[in-house]
Amino acid sequence: MTSRVEETGSTFDESHDPESEPANGGKRVRRLDRVVIRFAGDSGDGMQLTGDRFTSETAGFGNDLSTLPNFPAEIRAPAGTLPGVSSFQLHFADHDILTPGDAPDVLVAMNPAALKANLSDLPRGAEIIVNTDEFTKRALAKVGWQADPLDDGTLQEYRVHPVALTTLTVEALKETSLARKDAERAKNMFALGLLSWMYHRPTEGTETFLRTKFAKKPEIAEANVLAFRAGWNYGETTESFAVSYEVAPASRAFAPGRYRNISGNLALAYGLIAASKQSGLPLFLGSYPITPASDILHELSKHKNFGVRTFQAEDEIAGIGAALGAAFGGALGVTTTSGPGIALKSETIGLAVSLELPLLVVDIQRGGPSTGLPTKTEQADLLQAMFGRNGEAPVPIVAPASPGECFTMALEAARIALAYRTPVFLLSDGYLANGSEPWRVPELSELPDLSVEFATEPNAPDGSGGFWPYLRDPETLARPWAVPGTPGLEHRIGGIEKQDGTGNISYDPANHDHMVRTRQAKVDGVSVPDLAVDDPGGDARLLVLGWGSTFGPIAAGVRRARAAGGKVAQAHLRYLNPFPANLGEVLARYDKVLVPEMNLGQLAMLLRARYLVDARSFTQVSGMPFKAAQLAAVISEALDD
Amino acid sequence: MTDTAPNGIKANGALKLTAKDFKSDQEVRWCPGCGDYAILAAVQGFLPELGIPREKIVFISGIGCSSRFPYYLSTYGMHSIHGRAPAIATGLASSRPDLSVWVITGDGDALSIGGNHLIHALRRNVNLKILLFNNRIYGLTKGQYSPTSEPGKITKSTPMGSLDEPFRPLSLALGAEAGFVARTIDSDRQHLTSVLRAAAQHQGAALVEIYQNCNIFNDGAFEVLKDPATRDAALLRLEHGKPYRLAPDGEEIVHDVTDPDPTRAFALSRLTEPTPIGVLRAVPRPAYDRQLNAQLEQAVAERGEGDLSALLSGSDTWMVR
Repeated sequence: MTSRVEETGSTFDESHDPESEPANGGKRVRRLDRVVIRFAGDSGDGMQLTGDRFTSETAGFGNDLSTLPNFPAEIRAPAGTLPGVSSFQLHFADHDILTPGDAPDVLVAMNPAALKANLSDLPRGAEIIVNTDEFTKRALAKVGWQADPLDDGTLQEYRVHPVALTTLTVEALKETSLARKDAERAKNMFALGLLSWMYHRPTEGTETFLRTKFAKKPEIAEANVLAFRAGWNYGETTESFAVSYEVAPASRAFAPGRYRNISGNLALAYGLIAASKQSGLPLFLGSYPITPASDILHELSKHKNFGVRTFQAEDEIAGIGAALGAAFGGALGVTTTSGPGIALKSETIGLAVSLELPLLVVDIQRGGPSTGLPTKTEQADLLQAMFGRNGEAPVPIVAPASPGECFTMALEAARIALAYRTPVFLLSDGYLANGSEPWRVPELSELPDLSVEFATEPNAPDGSGGFWPYLRDPETLARPWAVPGTPGLEHRIGGIEKQDGTGNISYDPANHDHMVRTRQAKVDGVSVPDLAVDDPGGDARLLVLGWGSTFGPIAAGVRRARAAGGKVAQAHLRYLNPFPANLGEVLARYDKVLVPEMNLGQLAMLLRARYLVDARSFTQVSGMPFKAAQLAAVISEALDD
Repeated sequence: MTDTAPNGIKANGALKLTAKDFKSDQEVRWCPGCGDYAILAAVQGFLPELGIPREKIVFISGIGCSSRFPYYLSTYGMHSIHGRAPAIATGLASSRPDLSVWVITGDGDALSIGGNHLIHALRRNVNLKILLFNNRIYGLTKGQYSPTSEPGKITKSTPMGSLDEPFRPLSLALGAEAGFVARTIDSDRQHLTSVLRAAAQHQGAALVEIYQNCNIFNDGAFEVLKDPATRDAALLRLEHGKPYRLAPDGEEIVHDVTDPDPTRAFALSRLTEPTPIGVLRAVPRPAYDRQLNAQLEQAVAERGEGDLSALLSGSDTWMVR
């Protein structure tokens, strides 16, 4: 999701096929500039794993890529049903791309449910690879198909490749000792092998991966490798696949450096470890399992040799409570959760505001309200983060715009928390958390210095030799952080209003007014970078402004609008509280401001209130990210009226 | 003061603190006659005995009358939010095993709004000393019944009598796998101090229930246990190695606080006539914080100190030139 080459948004068709040449064995090879593939099957079919592997092969090959895993909240919904369909979409290209793709060029459907659930997303001419073994009367009936769509004309607009995936897999594994049922389970690797052949993907990585993953069950490892190779050989030899495709590495799209593929949650976990290292403070994570945030807990728990303590608490409240307790003791305290967890943590966030201790609150947003859509994406917690506490309780908010940026913004959240002694929200979402992209691995020398000085000496201005826990730094308004164990600085803090300076309990009206305004002024004064605006011609009258994970689709939509001649500027907010200092000036420069959000207009509401600007909302709360085409249409509409 | 550092360590290295050293400069603001004064005096009197400098001691409380306690001690302290002190203290104790961490809570704070955190802190065996001031009433909110109020209690919120079956805090703690469980009384300074001593010596979570008189909203709740005329019959003073009977004609049992089987301790926790005081159970088992930190050391021993550069790169990278 780097940005240099224009994404025109053209669809998969022959015009994308500038050169065709015969390959070995009489098969033809076509060159494409980009492809969108969607793997779909039952929740238990291993589609996420298949997609992950194809992604790794693709990343290693050097394409730019973007992924969209999409799965139900149920671990194993009833087999063969529509609610049980799990899918993984991957967009890869020889140039830089911004989204996982609006519509798949290729659908791999492991059963009738997977075909039916995804068919409406396919453009005419798309290729469909179906596992014919699963197209039984019973399986068809389960999804309400009376006739078999493979031969009743339903698929006549598409290029269909019927493959007996299960039979072929079992056949390939007949020499092994595996029972038929176990052999069948390797069919996803057969499919992966076939697709790897079709798109000239390197295969060594997957074979190594399988042998490592099943190191304790070598016969399963070998069976999966066999199935994977059988799928590849099937493509190579069978008549039904006459063409394979090349998508060249996207070397021009990337700045020089070392790259890897990374998901948002992994990048976030690494960002937290880096923040711990850069601050010299041990990382303490207090967390309670919740989708889609749990992977951060899983990841951090693996890295105890970095001095990382992970605490799986009894509930969301204890998770943040423990993190705050650790912060009192001088740790980099973090809690990770999703929207429902934030609701439970609100009181403790308020306490952290009052205690003025550093604390990171990571919200991987999902569909709401209540339990909502646990595995789907949404950005409707902005106002909860902004205002969801009793009293005047301002909290800085940052939001990464892509999976890789979760790393950077975790460091930024830590910088703000440590420098200003405040809880900080990091708002990610399900799309960023599970989606992945190529990421340039930073050199350690590029990472910011987050070192912190604890208070060590008495500071009372009255010369008493005492310690005033709320005597502020005049620049940042941060109070001193004196950790237990420091002799002579023993002090008590609490959620009751305290006198500025001494920290003693105070019910004095003027002091309370002063403290409320001081806490607000401290957050308002947090230093954040100015908002950068992308306006190539410098003469756009329309600004498209977003925040968070909508960056990719908005940028892709803007590119399309520009390709069609539209003059449009784009800016994206990574800092939601405080807003960048130049935001008001930026907004005032444009006649129209369009704000696409995956909520009912929460940022737009803040902009209208703060800047008296007539920001127009474009909203979608479907649990799915925006599509580039959809935003391109909205942008041209806004340009026209 | 010339030869003593602010933390009480003398020039010759010896730590010499007195009760006075543990008094903060804040005015104590409980109602006159409240049992909390006696507990505060006993704790301030006991802390020097720990031999731990003030800066290494932390008191964390929730919300309620008792939870003002940390303000009156010259250690580090945090007056947090209702019910959450055990969770906050868990984070502190787990990341700072060098500290002596105490939790001050009440019957409403620990057993009502914070019940979940209490049982999990006990089950995990975090190295916390939890002092539960039980006055069987809500004081700070002015007199509603609490989770330890007797059934039928007439209060502001229960004009026709409360309907709830009360918790027995010690039974609850034993059910939550607590390794150390004890009970004492606010007015019996000597006994209170001896129980604090035993709790402090215990490695891991310790729950001490302190019967505390609220002279405003529930005066005399424990009078029968305090009145010289009745207390000898009403109390069962438990001592390790000494015999007791669960009933006047019952079998004589030698009290063994180290009995790994909690059955007898549980029977004692349900006994009301007489009411046992003292240590019911003191069975050591590995503390959570020690084990957590041991895992960190083990990880470093097995894999070496974390290498951030190697972590960020992972195993699948490619170069763009």
